[in-house]
Amino acid sequence: MSLAAIALCRRPMLVPTDIAFSPGTLTGLIGPNGAGKTTLLRALAGLSAGPGVVTLDGAPLRADPHRLGWLPADRDVAWPLKARDLVQLGLGPGAARDDTACMAALALTDAGGFADRAVDTLSTGERARVLLARALAARPAWLLLDEPVANLDPGHRLDVMAMLRGQAAGGVGVIAAMHDLDLAARCDRLVMMADGAVVADGPAAVVLADAALGDVFGVVRGQNGWERLRKAP
Amino acid sequence: MTRLMVFLAVVTALLAAVSLLWAPGELLALSARAPDLARTIMFELRLPRTLLGLLIGGGLGIGGAAMQALLRNPLASPDVLGPSTGAALGAVIAGYFLGGGVVAMEIGGIGGAMLALALLVALAGRGAGTATLILAGVAISALAGASVNLALSLAPSPYALYDVMFWLMGSLADRSLPQLLMTAPVMLAAGAVLAAQRGRLDTLALGEDVAASLGVDVARLRWTVIIAVGVMTGAAVAAAGSIGFVGLIVPHLVRPFVAGRPGAALLPSALAGAALLSAADIMVRLPLADQEIKLGVFTALAGAPFFLWLVVRSR
Repeated sequence: MSLAAIALCRRPMLVPTDIAFSPGTLTGLIGPNGAGKTTLLRALAGLSAGPGVVTLDGAPLRADPHRLGWLPADRDVAWPLKARDLVQLGLGPGAARDDTACMAALALTDAGGFADRAVDTLSTGERARVLLARALAARPAWLLLDEPVANLDPGHRLDVMAMLRGQAAGGVGVIAAMHDLDLAARCDRLVMMADGAVVADGPAAVVLADAALGDVFGVVRGQNGWERLRKAP
Repeated sequence: MTRLMVFLAVVTALLAAVSLLWAPGELLALSARAPDLARTIMFELRLPRTLLGLLIGGGLGIGGAAMQALLRNPLASPDVLGPSTGAALGAVIAGYFLGGGVVAMEIGGIGGAMLALALLVALAGRGAGTATLILAGVAISALAGASVNLALSLAPSPYALYDVMFWLMGSLADRSLPQLLMTAPVMLAAGAVLAAQRGRLDTLALGEDVAASLGVDVARLRWTVIIAVGVMTGAAVAAAGSIGFVGLIVPHLVRPFVAGRPGAALLPSALAGAALLSAADIMVRLPLADQEIKLGVFTALAGAPFFLWLVVRSR
């Protein structure tokens, strides 16, 4: 999958970028709030009106649940759907009922226990796991996930990262925006963004050791973990 | 789901039979005394009334369900947010300028409803909150309502004024076969178009962007629903005046039985709407007052408290 020369007219703006992703890789998108992670993911999902072109295996991207699973950061669901029915929607509009696929997807995010509960009765973290299962339901070749571990408890954050690693090992191309730099270290590749531009791109260990990290995030690794880097007056 | 549909179909059929065979004793006596008159009453009064009740009730039900699914808002419906008032305005204008024929009223009604609906979706469609939606709906409704009143105040004669006012109150009484023949194909076609969107409307529950990423052409879906609901609302208002609250309430009655799925509620909403409006039309024929209560007045009297309860519960 590659995204060629995307430049959006409206803010938040993405600096013209040529970026390519390969299957079987877990790529983390990191960067401070407003860096353009969501804009890049939306552009990759084919949802931007900008002039860029997303190509998948050389051909322009076409919306298809089996090719691409996109998870927005938004955790709201308009109707009190059952978790099972919500995941079914991930198979595409009017797709035949496939409970096996839905339960398998819910199991991947440890959400099988509330398959028959209405999503408005779930906690935000539980709902986040159901929504992630929705993105996985059709077993897409590419996963574009906007903060897949946000709202999750520490155990489930690790579970989801392990699951995403498993997806990548199975050949899926996973691209996930995330804020937790310690979890980001578990990615194969990191793309660091700032002000709508890619400022570092490479193996996770290399990007996290990059001197630019301190400038981009304003944090530095100290004795007690990450500490706020005070800008010189 | 299937059981729900069968249950609703049986109830609807029973209510249609009651509507058709209302006052069976008198009907039987009349058919013995004057069979021609009985046949005329049956085919030229009862049949249009019953079938129009089913068609319009069904259209209001499925139209309300489709609008709620499209706007992802349980408070949306053509009669609350302006399209019905727009249809009334369109039909009144068509009546003034085009002579008030059945065809002119229907075209005017459809045009008015579609215009109001397109305006509503343009103002408050794309993921806007409930507040924006209601405010836009109130504004459109008020504008169309005031324009209807303006048209009424300019009525050429008091008789024309009475005619329009009584029609606006909503009724299925004394409707003719031509009105049925004008309304039926329009309602059935628009209903079929809406029913075909139910899978896509279910997917829309995930939001417009996710639906688009799953292969739903959201812009096309939006226009399809606007046109179909506009056509149904316009045809319903032209044939029977303003009948409020059926489109708002019916999807709420149905959705618990389809696990809250907005698209799956479409077909049961059509049947439940047909049943509810038929039941209401039987109620207004009960000899409670010297005159028949207007159907639109009755549905509003019964429906508004339900709407209030809905508002209180969702607070």
